[in-house]
Amino acid sequence: MIAEIGQYVLIIALVLAAIQSVVPLWGAARDEARLMVVGDRSAIAQAVALLIAFAALTHGFITSDFSLTVVFQNSHSLKPMLYKVSGVWGNHEGSMLLWVLVLALFSATVAIFGQNLPPTLKARVLAIQAMIGFAFLAFIIFTSNPFARLSPVPLDGTGLNPLLQDPGLAFHPPLLYLGYVGFSMAFSFAIAALVEGRVDAAWGRWVRPWTLAAWAFLTGGIALGSWWAYYELGWGGWWFWDPVENASFMPWLFGTALLHSSAVVEKRDTLKSWTILLAILTFSMSLLGTFLVRSGVLTSVHTFATDPERGVFILAILAIAIGGALILFALRAPGMKGGGLFAPVSREGALVANNMLLTLAAVTVLLGTLYPLILEALSGGQSRVSVGPPFFNATFSPIMVPLVLLVALGPFLAWKRGNLRMAFGKLVPAAIGAFLAIIITYLMVPGGPALAPLAMGLAAWLGIGAISEWSGRIRLFRSHPRDALRRIHELPRSASGMTMAHLGLAVMIVGITGSSAWRAELVTTLVPGQTAEGPGYAVTLESVIEGRGANYIFERGTLLITDGGRPVAKLNTERRFFPVANQTTTEAGIRTTIFGDLYGVIGERGRTPETADAWTVKFFVNPLVPWIWLGAMLMAVGGFLSLSDRRHRVGAPRRAATALTKRVPDSAE
Amino acid sequence: MRQTTIFLLAATLTCLIDITVSVAVEPDEVLDDPMIENRAREISSELRCVVCQNQSIDDSDADIARSMRLLVRERLLAGDSDDQVIGYIVARYGDFILLRPPFQANTLALWLTPPIMAIVIAAVALLYCRTYQRRRIKDTRPHRLSLADRRELEALVNRFAAVNLAPSPHNSLSNEIKEGLNPRDPDANTGEGKPNGDGTPRPA
Repeated sequence: MIAEIGQYVLIIALVLAAIQSVVPLWGAARDEARLMVVGDRSAIAQAVALLIAFAALTHGFITSDFSLTVVFQNSHSLKPMLYKVSGVWGNHEGSMLLWVLVLALFSATVAIFGQNLPPTLKARVLAIQAMIGFAFLAFIIFTSNPFARLSPVPLDGTGLNPLLQDPGLAFHPPLLYLGYVGFSMAFSFAIAALVEGRVDAAWGRWVRPWTLAAWAFLTGGIALGSWWAYYELGWGGWWFWDPVENASFMPWLFGTALLHSSAVVEKRDTLKSWTILLAILTFSMSLLGTFLVRSGVLTSVHTFATDPERGVFILAILAIAIGGALILFALRAPGMKGGGLFAPVSREGALVANNMLLTLAAVTVLLGTLYPLILEALSGGQSRVSVGPPFFNATFSPIMVPLVLLVALGPFLAWKRGNLRMAFGKLVPAAIGAFLAIIITYLMVPGGPALAPLAMGLAAWLGIGAISEWSGRIRLFRSHPRDALRRIHELPRSASGMTMAHLGLAVMIVGITGSSAWRAELVTTLVPGQTAEGPGYAVTLESVIEGRGANYIFERGTLLITDGGRPVAKLNTERRFFPVANQTTTEAGIRTTIFGDLYGVIGERGRTPETADAWTVKFFVNPLVPWIWLGAMLMAVGGFLSLSDRRHRVGAPRRAATALTKRVPDSAE
Repeated sequence: MRQTTIFLLAATLTCLIDITVSVAVEPDEVLDDPMIENRAREISSELRCVVCQNQSIDDSDADIARSMRLLVRERLLAGDSDDQVIGYIVARYGDFILLRPPFQANTLALWLTPPIMAIVIAAVALLYCRTYQRRRIKDTRPHRLSLADRRELEALVNRFAAVNLAPSPHNSLSNEIKEGLNPRDPDANTGEGKPNGDGTPRPA
């Protein structure tokens, strides 16, 4: 019954989306408020309808209603409650429902809180949002219905991939979708602006908070996914340049560029058509990411061809959305001339360079991800190549180095015309810090790759550069500490947010460098009680015990790590076997300190009679690896801090406007 | 055809399950000579596990990955150089095995697009610097507002004058407006609302 309600409201949402994509647009064209307001109401109604649909599906999972195909395929009565709930979006149908739900919630937010938007712009934004929503709702209803019933009703479900039974992964998709779908707002604003033929600083101010929020969520989502891969997949890697990872990384790269160029639109009213193009590209990458992950095209072009229904549907959405947006852009953008002139050496100039490098990086990742697919499709399966981590490492890093050098410099340059000599003058501490970092790293770790000390220098340059810009603005060393404190309070939060995000990037570079340059490992077989000499540490397999968990049985190995006889850490690592799914997972034992992780896993028991008492033991020293996620966290928090800036608060532009009109008569007296 | 698909699916599936089991390199594979072992690891991370999705044989637990790892070590022990080992494997499995695609006819677009794009971007940036220099020289004289802008401004002044009950010559607002009519800074006027409709500066 409840599932039928879900089905019913899902269709209502589709109808509402159809109405919402036409009526407000028509109203905006004829400037009729009565028609435009339809957009607001249907946006809110659509969000409510989808909330009900989502609740209905969640109910199905919580009560283990195996008459629903999705629940049967992805859940099991023995599963812990948390993972029953996260199972709602841990599958294709449910995740698409979450996708449109997030979309509808964003639209409803615009409808409710966007009273200060010009009515025609608001109506058009909501109409574009509804078109996206309509396409995806149609996709769900016609190809991926989450409320499809099964008959006869099975006794129990076929479980959920035990790999997904993990808090890190359970909350990774919602965050990722908040990011992906959040960029739809930038997209809708861009298309609406193209239709209106008008982009000004106010437009930039409206787009920016959405972009910031989407970017911060996406940063968090990617970081959480990478952290999960690190501790769950069991070999201590954290980024594999896997197409699924790249699918979320491409919108992030374009979104980062958009974040910076929208600042230029807001502050200087220039770079408009470029920003619009970036908004289109960013959301296109979100759609492409959804397509890559959801269509099965990644496994092989062949699997895509054998079950093409869903893939072709998303491909059509992709073609219409991206193609349509780009055609509209080509028609309208040339008419949007204008914008202040700026010197090549200026804040704008630095931001343009940032945009160019980020775009280049994004295109490189896009190319590497799609190239094998395109080549295989074009040659009819004759010509196949692999594009793996060695390609991405070789092409991506050279683009990042100049970018990072620039990130420290940019904030020191003035808008319009910057003074390079003065900026470099202020970067002297950063340069000294970078030099010291290179020397110290070189002396402390003589064995590692030659580039590692340089990378540490780069991180120091960026980190110290970011901090010294911030401390210069609050006059930390040039005034009384109390004054500095007051200035921190007065400094716009967006400025502090930027510093924090840049600092986060520096911290992340330290982590990436440390974990990839100085990683050390020990791979051996140990009988309980036996000790092996590892890199810098001795590893003893203390014991292996067996036991039973919520819906799995486990072997738990305890590794004692000693440094010159002194115990440093005890690592508990588990191999879990899930009978329902007939799968085994590895839980790594990790000891985290600020200097890095000690990471241990046990493998299989020996297969031959002589080795039957011994277990495979793998032990890794991953230096500085926590800095990666610390850096990502700083970036995301910096994004939210910037979002909380006064001028982004809802209604702020209107309040500022009324304040101005009030002040005018006063000043006349 | 259908069988191939099923085989591929099954192979991928085993691979996916295998990923979760543990780390790839098993203790009995590790060579005694750390130098050769390091070389084997380096080579392994460049080679693809053929039945997996985007995994190197160094990361994959599939049986075929294990036998390829053993093969790499065997060739290294036989005295092959790194390139010879990779050549040997490619001769058996094809280019598909290389995670770093070779630079050849069907990968030209892959390898050349990023550098060409970088060069184009650099060229455009250089062009902008030069036009900026030229425009600056041309723009050093202040320009006047267009007729349309002047009218709009006058209308605004009148509107404010209507609000102001007692207009005074020292009114800061009217001073600002005057300044706006005769700008001192050339760049200040090139923002939105260009000085004149056709975009070319007029002499004062």
